[in-house]
Amino acid sequence: MDLLLVKNLSVSAGDKEILHELSFSVALGESVVIMGPNGSGKSTLAKVLMGHPDYQITGGQIIFRDKDITAAKPEERAAAGLFLAFQEPREIAGLELFPFLFDAYKALQAARGQDAGSVFAFKAKLDDELAALDIKSDWSNRHLNQDFSGGEKKKAELLQLALANPVLAIFDEIDSGLDVDALEVAGKAIQRFKNGDNSLLAVTHYQRVLKYIKPDRVLVMSKGRIAQSGGPELAARLEKEGFASVI
Amino acid sequence: MAEDLKSHDSLWDDYNQADYMAQTKSGLDEALVRRISAEKEEPAWMLAKRLESLKIFQEKALPAWGPDLSRLNLDKITYYAKAMEGQAQSWEDVPADIKNTFDKLGIPKAEQEVLAGVGAQYESTVVYHNLKAEFKRQGVIFEDMDLALKKHPELVEPYFMRAMPNTLHKFAALHGAVWSGGTFLYIPAGVKIKEPLQAYFRMNAKGMGQFEHTLIIVESGAQAHYIEGCSAPRYGVDSLHAGGVEIYVKEGARFRYSSVESWSKDAYNLNTKRAIVEKKAHMEWVGGNFGSNVTMLYPCSILVGEGASADHLGVAFANEGQTQDTGAKVIHAAKDTSSNIVMKSISKGGGKAIYRGLVEVGPQAEGAAVSVKCDALILDELSVSDTIPVMKINNPSATIAHEASAGKINEEDLFYLRSRGLKEAEAAAMLVNGFIEPITKELPLEYSVEMNRMVELEMENSVG
Repeated sequence: MDLLLVKNLSVSAGDKEILHELSFSVALGESVVIMGPNGSGKSTLAKVLMGHPDYQITGGQIIFRDKDITAAKPEERAAAGLFLAFQEPREIAGLELFPFLFDAYKALQAARGQDAGSVFAFKAKLDDELAALDIKSDWSNRHLNQDFSGGEKKKAELLQLALANPVLAIFDEIDSGLDVDALEVAGKAIQRFKNGDNSLLAVTHYQRVLKYIKPDRVLVMSKGRIAQSGGPELAARLEKEGFASVI
Repeated sequence: MAEDLKSHDSLWDDYNQADYMAQTKSGLDEALVRRISAEKEEPAWMLAKRLESLKIFQEKALPAWGPDLSRLNLDKITYYAKAMEGQAQSWEDVPADIKNTFDKLGIPKAEQEVLAGVGAQYESTVVYHNLKAEFKRQGVIFEDMDLALKKHPELVEPYFMRAMPNTLHKFAALHGAVWSGGTFLYIPAGVKIKEPLQAYFRMNAKGMGQFEHTLIIVESGAQAHYIEGCSAPRYGVDSLHAGGVEIYVKEGARFRYSSVESWSKDAYNLNTKRAIVEKKAHMEWVGGNFGSNVTMLYPCSILVGEGASADHLGVAFANEGQTQDTGAKVIHAAKDTSSNIVMKSISKGGGKAIYRGLVEVGPQAEGAAVSVKCDALILDELSVSDTIPVMKINNPSATIAHEASAGKINEEDLFYLRSRGLKEAEAAAMLVNGFIEPITKELPLEYSVEMNRMVELEMENSVG
């Protein structure tokens, strides 16, 4: 069954239409990678799926878990089980990581009708995730992404992914800013998260992330449309021949 | 939305419905001033000071600058009311909305009772005596101001209204005439107290605090931190608060005065706070201003000794219908003095937040260093922020740095936090709290937590 169904989605920013009647789906348990050159609309798609207020949906629908979320607020989408790992996570001065993470966790649990448990239980859970991501535990006293290196920011996104426990995780260029070692850690975190009851949608320009996200399907975006789709072999072909060969 | 706003308003303002001051009359005359002094059994010099102040008050005009005070009817104010009578007498009598506000702020029940004016003094007395027991040995005096005048006249008289003379402005004169209650704190030479001394429990013990006088003397080499205020809606008997704070920081001493103030939305909060800072002494002001109709507050440090220094840190939140005209005043009157002013303001729903600062460097203040930084966060199109920094520099050797910024909440930041499951108002409150974090981190934990909660309350019903 389709976990996410995007039907004839048209999106504008100001006067400019960026996505044109775009359609695709992600099934439960599936990993889908959307590839495409710069300016193809991949990042816009990722933000629109999460409900970014700067974009106007001028046509079509986004159906997630059988509900129409086309007009839903970002926090409602998060509660429903969507998560977006940002390409460029925001640096928020003055917001300490630990209270933020706990507040976000409580908000999600409450919205999902689940008990958040005690702060001690949360701390234990957080410590496990910090260890899995090879993050020093004193990290959580720092301010959210403030003065984090590129790699640290991506780790913080993956930490939040683990705590949010979404049904569909969207990665917008998850490998950008990561060196080889950090990419290894990120890959492991993604594999640790993935199971048969959740799905991945990775938006990327580069092939290297495919080492960690084994796609069931590959979609190629061009000029705001899905130009090609195929299995993992499509990625291999892109690797060899470049985007120009398929779009 | 309208419904929400209404309930939000009532949270802060229902206090005023109590007519616990019905037995007193409004307006001010010599007879009333004499009555205040007589009832308090004050020494003759205090009565003389009050009468002199009254005369100055009657002669002085309202300030010709700053926010509009024309709607403030000085004849309609109740200047003195006997405590306790007619107030809610038991916890059950306290309106549900008020209890609700206390709960939202996370104030423990015992404190709530004191704040609501129904708390037996029992709790506050206990706390107060514990404090005394610990510091009494070292000669620390921490006392109600009325009592201090009776028990320690030799300490009060030489200092009373010297840093804050009754000639300063109309409301300083008014304060001199009708002051009542407040805190007296004396830290003997060399005594260093690490934990903050709190007036939290005591401030509403009498359900008042409109014209309270706080007098603090920090002797040579002593160190202390005093914090007062409560984030609960303080229900003044009337719509005017004209408190006075004077602090004397002697040679080599260090003192921090922190306050978190929240006034009901009809109140005029015209407060005067001044410190005299001697040689190599250091004074720190940390303040948070919420509520009120109009607040005018510019804590002042007068750096009279060589190497004296002052830090002024402040937050002001101006919501719908409110003017927060706050800032700082520093007078550099000696060599090698330095001052550091950091102010953060938030304006929302048509609120007006103004930074008004005056830094004066006298000709004798060789090598003075001044740093002023004001940041304003303007939450919507209706709201206003302004910066009025005045510098009077009469010594060319002074080093002056001034920075000001004004901005809105970053929409990308807001989207980022919302994508993590936080509601728009929660996310916006987090960003505002992040903005004021450089100030709140200077407060003791329970106060910074409370200040954050107050921001959350102000941000409720605001967006979406």
